[in-house]
Amino acid sequence: MIHGIAMGCIALGIVFFFGATVGLLRFPDFYSRVHAAGKGDTLSSMLMLFGLGVLVLEDGHAADILVFIKIMMICVFVFLTSPTTTHALTDAGYAAGVKPWDRGEHE
Amino acid sequence: MRLFLNASGLIMFILMTAILYRVARGPTVIDRIVSANMIGTKTTVLLVIIGSLFSRVEMYVDFALTYALLNFIGSIAAAKFFQHRRLSPEHDEEVL
Repeated sequence: MIHGIAMGCIALGIVFFFGATVGLLRFPDFYSRVHAAGKGDTLSSMLMLFGLGVLVLEDGHAADILVFIKIMMICVFVFLTSPTTTHALTDAGYAAGVKPWDRGEHE
Repeated sequence: MRLFLNASGLIMFILMTAILYRVARGPTVIDRIVSANMIGTKTTVLLVIIGSLFSRVEMYVDFALTYALLNFIGSIAAAKFFQHRRLSPEHDEEVL
């Protein structure tokens, strides 16, 4: 049961991570790449961390709950900081004068 | 279960090397920072996977947490650097 949940979460996390990677590599300009990286990254990290956290709880030792809480702390931290970083980088990109892509241009 | 964790770690490593292509080629410097930031958050997850493989999760979770903190600070510092400094004019066309 616990294995099923853990494996499902980790597999789903990898699927989203693959989506984020394809988005990062294939999108035409900086802004769309930042958007793909930021979102896909956060969701896949949180899913995988949750899957690994559930895996820790499998043995049922009392001490493992602390480890599970710490993993959830990483989850919350990634949930809070990844969008912040994406926002900061996009803002910096705009301030530095990166021009958004319009269909006419060919890299 | 161990095989599954090994496989997922390997897949993640392959995808992270795919991101290196964007780090190498990224037209603007900030593309490279975004890709580096993405690799950083992925390393956090990879650390926890390795921890559960070596059955020393409590130790590796601390590494992962520290790494996530440092990666965040690094990215914010890089972003702050570009707030005031326009990308130098001579490679403006590269910025597009």
